[in-house]
Amino acid sequence: MAAAAMAQKVLVPCSSSSSCGKVQFSPSRVHTQAIAFGGELSQSSSRKNKSLALKAVAGETSAPVTAKSGHEILLFDALREGLEEEMARDPTVCVMGEDVGHYGGSYKVTKGLAEKFGDLRVLDTPICENSFTGMGIGAAMTGLRTVVEGMNMGFLLLAYNQISNNAGMLHYTSGGQFKIPVVIRGPGGVGKQLGAEHSQRLESYFQSVPGLQMVACSTPYNAKGLMKAAIRSDNPVILYEHVLLYNLKERIPDEEYVLCLEEAELVRPGKDITILTYSRMRHFVLQAAKTLVERGYDPEIIDIRSLKPFDLFTIGNSIKKTHKVLIVEECMRTGGIGASLRAAIVDNFWDFLDGRPECLSSQDVPTPYAATLEDATVVQPAQIIVKVEQMLQGLI
Amino acid sequence: MAMAMARWRQRLLSSACSSSSSSAAAPQALLRLASSALSRQSSSRGFAAAPDDTTPFVVDIPVPYAGHRCDPPEQRVETSAKELVDFFKVMYVMRRMEIAADSLYKAKFIRGFCHLYDGQEAVCVGMEAALTKEDAIITAYRDHCTHIGRGGTVLEVMAELMGRKSGCSLGKGGSMHMYNKEGNFYGGNGIVGAQTALGAGLAFAQKYNKQNAVSLALYGDGAANQGQLFEAMNISALWDLPVIFVCENNHYGMGTAEWRSAKSPEYYKRGDYVPGLKIDGMDVLAVKQGVRFAKEHALTKGPIVLEMDTYRYHGHSMSDPGSTYRTREEISGVRQERDPIERVRKLLLAKEIVTVADLKNLEKQAKAEVDEAVNQAKEGGQPETHELFTHVHVKGLKQLAYGPDRKEVIVPLP
Repeated sequence: MAAAAMAQKVLVPCSSSSSCGKVQFSPSRVHTQAIAFGGELSQSSSRKNKSLALKAVAGETSAPVTAKSGHEILLFDALREGLEEEMARDPTVCVMGEDVGHYGGSYKVTKGLAEKFGDLRVLDTPICENSFTGMGIGAAMTGLRTVVEGMNMGFLLLAYNQISNNAGMLHYTSGGQFKIPVVIRGPGGVGKQLGAEHSQRLESYFQSVPGLQMVACSTPYNAKGLMKAAIRSDNPVILYEHVLLYNLKERIPDEEYVLCLEEAELVRPGKDITILTYSRMRHFVLQAAKTLVERGYDPEIIDIRSLKPFDLFTIGNSIKKTHKVLIVEECMRTGGIGASLRAAIVDNFWDFLDGRPECLSSQDVPTPYAATLEDATVVQPAQIIVKVEQMLQGLI
Repeated sequence: MAMAMARWRQRLLSSACSSSSSSAAAPQALLRLASSALSRQSSSRGFAAAPDDTTPFVVDIPVPYAGHRCDPPEQRVETSAKELVDFFKVMYVMRRMEIAADSLYKAKFIRGFCHLYDGQEAVCVGMEAALTKEDAIITAYRDHCTHIGRGGTVLEVMAELMGRKSGCSLGKGGSMHMYNKEGNFYGGNGIVGAQTALGAGLAFAQKYNKQNAVSLALYGDGAANQGQLFEAMNISALWDLPVIFVCENNHYGMGTAEWRSAKSPEYYKRGDYVPGLKIDGMDVLAVKQGVRFAKEHALTKGPIVLEMDTYRYHGHSMSDPGSTYRTREEISGVRQERDPIERVRKLLLAKEIVTVADLKNLEKQAKAEVDEAVNQAKEGGQPETHELFTHVHVKGLKQLAYGPDRKEVIVPLP
């Protein structure tokens, strides 16, 4: 077995997260499920994902969420709910960051937690990202599950050494003796004229650090699920939130659910083209999809959610169906998530592609302050429509 | 400038804290104190104590402590014959181990970076005498002896240095990444100063879990200029964390002497509002007393900074000869005047706890132990190829790590 395995690449399903409802499954089952959903849900409604998402509820096959069950919530509140539930469930979970305690969090993600759990579990740190991230990692080495909040993801660049060399590497360099169950989270991405230094996308900087896991949330439903999964995971996880998505409203189930960290979300099944996206760009893609559908196209939209490792199962099954792929991301073009994803797609699914995998990403510039220039830095729905049409009309 | 340098060199050779000592005073003072201590108790115990006698007796500490915002502990420490013999044994093993590492490096069994601790043994041995295994220690890359102090074996250290799978980190860490989970030893860190923040985190966890234990974050005089150390000190003092910041001041940050890199070389005062204590780091009993004092302080009043005045005989690492920025006379001078093992040897002989022959036996045993460990480590195998991918993530047994595309890739390496 060893000799054979030495020479081949072996595809293995997601069996890593113990909190994931699907602990062990075979590739064929995923394939069938994808086809089944594709067949049943041929109508192009983006809300049809409800029954898909429910398979993530641990061990149950629940009925779809109707308009009467569940509760409406904003994204920041969903994150807070997830964090609160985990803190109530596990006394080793603690949060540290600037203004997370008495102030309630600069984006209200930790509002009310300090009153409920006390100052030792929701810690207001001084402005020292390098050392409080290091502290979170040191405490995680002993078994505490720390959640480190960067007030803005860009500030975590000051803690890059701790995140890369300590969070990412300690499990390896200690020969497996210490695990680092830390969650590093914060808002990133381009906001509304926040200026260059407050509009950074750190997913491209951290993606090659070995040992880290990265996920990006985009809706209240997956925000809460991913927050819970990240806290329960024994690996260091970076949870990327987006400054402009905090006030997104959605109805989420009342019962407890945890999502799988390594899984992508099939947002809209289709058969013409696979559009891979994450975070805020998901909503731009959905906006563009409305126009595309009116014009008669049938895009399949996947929110990849897991930025490291990529969920090549879901992505691959989709590419095998559509043979065309477009990646829409907010990262810079150079060395971004799209660049790695394109390489992975070319490596693995070359035979299934009709054309080169395309990528729409932000421009390689510091984000300008002026509104028009800022809009020109990131991908806009109009650009997505043009690109998809070009691809589907065989022009590129 | 030259005068300042000469004065500074003189300070290194003599006991650093005393103002008037000449280079010959220290060992003679020690002998006088030892013999006076002996005569005080000779009536009750007879001639000499056996090597495993645990009856406590008091020894004076010649070099005075210096305190910053705190009253230093007494200049007298309680010890016993057994403890002194144990100190000698363990320090000698550490010394032999580091010298063996030197020859192994030159024979290319050990590659990369190898930072040796000989000369500084009193710091880690004295620390261990005042701590329990509940207390946590984290240090920088000069960690071979600290690993031994925390319960590691010489075989583990040697095998790790040679990159064998019997090493303490399975061969995947190397010289700078030695860890011992049962011994609460958190490494072994390569980046200068980053371990101070981790150390504050360890203390935070101890406070969170209401353990009656302290964390010691060790760093060097070079790392004392890192900003994250001050951040860690501020947050520890603010949140009352039971952390002891220990500056192992061997006076050189690789090739840069302390007077060329720090405006204020009084590292124990750098905490400002955090109290500090300066300890003669070449005297194992002074270290024991100082760390015991610091542990009490950290558990009751909050963080404290300790400065261990110590010296390393080797260069910064094996690629540094260690003589381009200091004279050989200085190194041999410190070795003659302040060597920690010689101090304990003289104390043992003065108190007639052991004879010269006994000590020679102990030395032989230590050499044999180290040689045996080296030979065993040399026979150890290299890690298996698939170990390249294990322990990247926590996944469970026999699972390989996923790359960014979530494929398990087993690549035959040359």
